[in-house]
Amino acid sequence: MSLAPFEGRTQLLDPGDLPPEAAQGIEGRSPLRLALARLRTDRIAIVAGGLIVLMALLAVLAPIISSVTGHNPYNNNLLTGTTSFGQPLSPGQGGYLLGTDNVGRDILVRIAYGAQISLMVGILATLIATVVGTVIGLVAGYYGGWIDAVLARLMDTVLSFPYVLLAIVLASVFGASLPLTIGVIAFFSWAAIGRIVRGQTLSHREKEYVEAAHAAGAGDLRIMFVDILPNLVAPIIVLGTLLVPTAIVFEATLDFLGVGVGPPTPTWGNMLSDAQNSGFVNWWFWIFPSIALLLTTLGFNLLGDSVRDALDPRTERIFATRRKGAKSGGGAPAGAGAVPAAGEAGS
Amino acid sequence: MSEAAPAPAAGTLLSVDRVVKRFPIRRGVFFKRQIGSVHAVEGVSLEVRRGETLGLVGETGCGKSTLARCITRLYPLTSGSVLFDGVDISRLSRRSLRPYRRRIQMIFQDPYGSLNPRRRVGSIIGDPLAIHKVASGAERKRRVQELMAVVGLNPEHYNRFPSEFSGGQRQRIGVARALALHPDLIVCDEPVSALDVSVQAQIINLLEDLQAQFGLTYIFIAHDLAVVEHVSDRVAVMYLGKLMEKAEVKDLYGSPRHPYTVALLSASMVPDPERARASHRVVLSGDVPSPINPPSGCPFHTRCPRAQAICWVEEPPLEVKSGDPPDHLTACHFPVAPGEQLQRAPAQEVAG
Repeated sequence: MSLAPFEGRTQLLDPGDLPPEAAQGIEGRSPLRLALARLRTDRIAIVAGGLIVLMALLAVLAPIISSVTGHNPYNNNLLTGTTSFGQPLSPGQGGYLLGTDNVGRDILVRIAYGAQISLMVGILATLIATVVGTVIGLVAGYYGGWIDAVLARLMDTVLSFPYVLLAIVLASVFGASLPLTIGVIAFFSWAAIGRIVRGQTLSHREKEYVEAAHAAGAGDLRIMFVDILPNLVAPIIVLGTLLVPTAIVFEATLDFLGVGVGPPTPTWGNMLSDAQNSGFVNWWFWIFPSIALLLTTLGFNLLGDSVRDALDPRTERIFATRRKGAKSGGGAPAGAGAVPAAGEAGS
Repeated sequence: MSEAAPAPAAGTLLSVDRVVKRFPIRRGVFFKRQIGSVHAVEGVSLEVRRGETLGLVGETGCGKSTLARCITRLYPLTSGSVLFDGVDISRLSRRSLRPYRRRIQMIFQDPYGSLNPRRRVGSIIGDPLAIHKVASGAERKRRVQELMAVVGLNPEHYNRFPSEFSGGQRQRIGVARALALHPDLIVCDEPVSALDVSVQAQIINLLEDLQAQFGLTYIFIAHDLAVVEHVSDRVAVMYLGKLMEKAEVKDLYGSPRHPYTVALLSASMVPDPERARASHRVVLSGDVPSPINPPSGCPFHTRCPRAQAICWVEEPPLEVKSGDPPDHLTACHFPVAPGEQLQRAPAQEVAG
C-alpha cells in the first residue's frame, strides 16, 4: 500500500510539504511537566523542598562537618567533650554548637550523620516498597480472578500485621542491622501502594484504550507497563512521597526501641533513646534530634500534599489565581491562595 | 497470505457462523456461583464480502458491539465460529492469532476513552507498528507522520497528547491507528456516535475515501439509520442478540419486511416536514425484554404488532421471503408485504 496523496474530499496534508522544523514536531507538555510547572509556583512546595534539601545537605556534608570541627561521631570523647566533672557540655560550650552527649560526642555531628541514615532508609525503603507494590498491584488488578484474590488477601494480611511487634521479633532473630531495618520497613509499606495500584488498575483495564491495545495485539506485560502504568504515575508519586516520612519515623521508632540500626551508629532514633536513658535531664539531648526529625517529615509531608495538588488538574484554578496575585505584587493574596492547597493536607 | 485456505465463497472476507456470546452472572462472596447469563449475541450468522461495507444496526443493548468484539476476538466466543479469509480465528491461540490481528482492526466509539491519555499521539498511532515489529525508530516516526497526513492531521502534532485534540481529531487518531498495519477489515464500532453532526460527516467522508484508496472492508456499527444508509452496501438489523433482517441497503430501506425494521425505520427522523407528516410512525409498546431472560420463540414477539401464537413458540428462521431478491433475508413468520402499513401495537402488551 502506498500512501500517495489522492484526490478525495478530505483535506490532506502531504508530509513532503512540511517545513523542515516539522521534523522535530510540536511537543505537547507532558502531564508530569505541567505538574512540575505548577509545583514551581507553589510556595509551600518550595519551602518543603528547601527543608528536604537542607537535610540532604546536612547528610552529604556530614564528613566535612566532622573534619572541620574535628569531632568524631562514633568515639567517646570524655577528655574534651565533657566538663571536668564528666558532665556533658551544653550548647555553645567548648566549641560544641549543639552541645555534647553523655560520652562527649558532638550532637551536631551525630545529627548530620543521622540524617544520612534517615534519608537513606526513608528513600531506599520507599523505593523498594513502591516498586514491589506497583508490580503486585498491577498484576492483581490486571489479571483478576484467583491471582487477584490471593494477592489482595496478602496485602490485607500485611496491612493488618502488628508491625512493631514483628520488627522486634525479626530484629531479635536476625540481629538489628541497616539492611534488615530497610527490609522490614519496605515489607510493611508495599501493601499500601499495592492496594491503590490494584484499585486503579481495575478501573483502567476496562477502558477502551486497553481494548484498543488488545486489538492491536499487545501482550499482557505491554498493556500493564506501557499502557496502564503511565496512568497510575500520579497516585504512585504522591503515595511514594508521603511514604518517605512514614519510613523515616518508622526507622526512628525502631532505633528508639533498640531494634533498628543499633548503637554506636548515630541515628536520630538512637539519640532519642540515649536521651530517654538519661531521663531527659539535658534538654539538648532530645530537642535537636527531634527538630531534625520533625523538619524532615514535615518537609516530605508538605511536598507530598503539594505534589498531589500539582498532579490533580482540578487544582489549576487555585494556582492560576495565585500566579495572578503574585504578579500584581500583593504578598497577601499569594498567601491566601496557598491556604486551600495546605488545607486539604492529611489523608 | 496466499497460503491461506481457499475462501468458502469467492469474495467473502469474513464469515460469522452461529456466533453465541453469553456473559455469566455470578453471585457469592467466596465461591462464585453462576446464577444466570446475559444472552448478548444469540446465534448470529453473516458474511462480509471483500471491499464492501456491512452496516449493523439495532437499538442500544442489542449486541452489536458484543458481536464486533467477538469478531475482533476481544471477547472469547461462547460458541460458533468466525472465519476470516477461510480460517477459523475464533479458537486460535494468542500467538497464532497475531497475524490476524494485523489484518482486522477496530475503530472505537468513544474518541476520549479509546486513546490513552498519558501517551503521545505518535506512540499511540505507532503502537501497532511497534507491537508487530513492523517499523522502529525513524522509520516508525516517518510512517506515523504519513498516517497522520493521510487521515488529515497535522504530522507536526505527533508529540502531543490526546487531550490537546478535539473530538473529531481524536477520532482521526483512532482511524490512523486502525490503518497503521494496512488491515483488510476494519470493524467500526459506532465511530461517529460520539461526534457532532458536522464532524460526523468529515469522519464518514474520511472513512469512505480511505476505503476507496486502500480497498478496505468495513463492518460499520451505528444506531443512526441515516448514517448507515449512507455508508453501507448491505445492512443487517439486530434485536436482542439475533439478526432480524439482512439485505442490500436499497432493499432494506425501500421495502423492509420485518416488523421491527419497519418500526425502526419509522422512528428515524425525516428532515422534511411534508414527508414526515405523511409517513406512518409505528410506536412499539413496552421495553426491550431483558437479555438475561430472553423471550421464547421470536425475540420480538413481546412487542410485535403482528405477533400470533406461533411467534411465542417457534423461532422464525432467517430466510428469503417470496418476492425478495436472494440476499434479502428476514426472520419473521408474518413479514410485512411491500407497501403494507403496520398496525399500531395492541395495548394489552405493555410491560410493567
